Amino acid sequence: MTDLHSMTLHAMRDLLDRGECSSVELLDALQQRIDARAAEINCFVSVCGERARAQAQAADDARAKGEAGPLSGLPIAHKDLFCTRDHNTTCGSRMLENFAPPYDATVVEKLDRAGAVTVAKANMDEFAMGSSNENSYFGAVKNPWDLTRVPGGSSGGSAAAVAAQFVPVATATDTGGSIRQPAALCGVTGIKPTYGRVSRFGMVAFASSLDQGGVIARDAADCALVLEHMAGFDPRDSTSVDRPVDAYSASLAGDATRPLAGLRIGVPEEYFGEGLDTAVADAVMAAVDTLEALGAERVAVSLPHLPLALPSYYVVAPAEASSNLSRFDGVRYGYRCADPSDLDDLYTRSRAEGFGDEVKRRIMVGTYALSAGYFDAYYVKAQKVRRLIANDFHAAWEQCDLILGPVSPTTAFAIGEKSDDPVAMYLNDIYTLSANLAGVPGLSMPCGFAEGLPIGAQLLGPHFSESMLLKTAHHFQLHTAWHLERPAAFA
Amino acid sequence: MAVTEKDVFDIARLARLAIDPAEARLYASRLSRVLDLAGQLASVDTDELAPMAHPLDDAVQRLRDDAVTESDQRDSFQTQAPAVERGLYLVPRVVE
Repeated sequence: MTDLHSMTLHAMRDLLDRGECSSVELLDALQQRIDARAAEINCFVSVCGERARAQAQAADDARAKGEAGPLSGLPIAHKDLFCTRDHNTTCGSRMLENFAPPYDATVVEKLDRAGAVTVAKANMDEFAMGSSNENSYFGAVKNPWDLTRVPGGSSGGSAAAVAAQFVPVATATDTGGSIRQPAALCGVTGIKPTYGRVSRFGMVAFASSLDQGGVIARDAADCALVLEHMAGFDPRDSTSVDRPVDAYSASLAGDATRPLAGLRIGVPEEYFGEGLDTAVADAVMAAVDTLEALGAERVAVSLPHLPLALPSYYVVAPAEASSNLSRFDGVRYGYRCADPSDLDDLYTRSRAEGFGDEVKRRIMVGTYALSAGYFDAYYVKAQKVRRLIANDFHAAWEQCDLILGPVSPTTAFAIGEKSDDPVAMYLNDIYTLSANLAGVPGLSMPCGFAEGLPIGAQLLGPHFSESMLLKTAHHFQLHTAWHLERPAAFA
Repeated sequence: MAVTEKDVFDIARLARLAIDPAEARLYASRLSRVLDLAGQLASVDTDELAPMAHPLDDAVQRLRDDAVTESDQRDSFQTQAPAVERGLYLVPRVVE
């Protein structure tokens, strides 16, 4: 059997349904390819050999008995911050290098129950802090389109693994753009749902009011299929939203010629200003033209406080991180320094040796912003500005149904190019941060290339509008071929 | 604003991070860059705005019945601890 690796999740499901391939055969094919080539882009921290095989065998057994689940035998990778019981979950950090969680994340549990096979754990920026995947303790991930360039971050391993066709889909998380930006830079499709839509239980915390789990796949239809089995209320996550999950796959359907008739697409001028690469701007504008041809209407909108998303985010996120990461104390789990002389030495050296530079920098920024004398000027102020950003979206939804803009100001940049200046790196997130601050869902879809590197367009919608984002992207993909392009080296 | 090396040591102390003087110099310049960025927030008038801590505007903290929902899993949790003895987590001597 050839080319199993290049199939979408839907195509794999059809193949299994028709009995032309077993789950075990499918897994074997992917694992052989992973063993042979995944190291070239360093997209995985670990592979789940025996565990995956047992899941694939169980899926085949269930199918034989006519008891197949909706994702039975379908391969998936999990970003290495979703806890997998008894299988190392590193979060890209030395701190958790040997951490084998005693429980599964809700996302893992739900996808397991639907029948999915966890093939590998995806590399990532340490504690999901980064936009280039250069911050992993386990080494930088490389972009399969050009091995000298970054895949984006923090879900760089997930995006690169899907782009290089080691797995058809991967889970990911997005705190400030960490699903959408790597999806754009790797030429794949990614969705960050509304805050609270996907459970955070068992997902290692970075910034708890911003973190949201989602999916990266090769097209919107596969994102819909996985997301509908990932999302949902979870009593174990206090911010999980108790509201039914839409039938995302079923809602993709639309009229063949004008499937987007009546849809108002807001194009904010602030997303096309200074700093945006011309080729990216052109490709994104061309995507608007395509959507118009499918029946959508273009509307000019304004998100005037967009520039303030950057300073607001880079106070709120580090503040929450400094609080969340205080749990790593070298006592209950995680890294412990050698021969601590006293308790203080145990804490300070375990943390200094267990965390990498960017994590330490953000912990310190957050600690500073929360400290006595600075709390009002930084943290409270940033939360007030956050409201201005959310209000911008509320005003925009009066005029449009969704917003379209670029994901990232440029295509993938060179490894090492921005690693010396944190603020230059943070500017990569300028178009993605505001969605997390306002809690709205966002989707990134391929919309062109510049000098052989993929470009992504971003769709943003009101809270719980995932169906509309997925449907829009799906019809865009039925009429374009950008999402079908594959990096030549990993075809 | 310019963060001094002394500031860095003070912050690191609060954050329980050991740092050496060479690192402190580097962190001072990089934290200054980030706090300069954060300084842009001062340019906006936010007097009439309430701080936004939760991204869903009408969210309220959900409460549950005050009942036991978790079973004892000490043994499995302690398999992940760097040092344990007789069911206890070991740390350096705290009381002389």
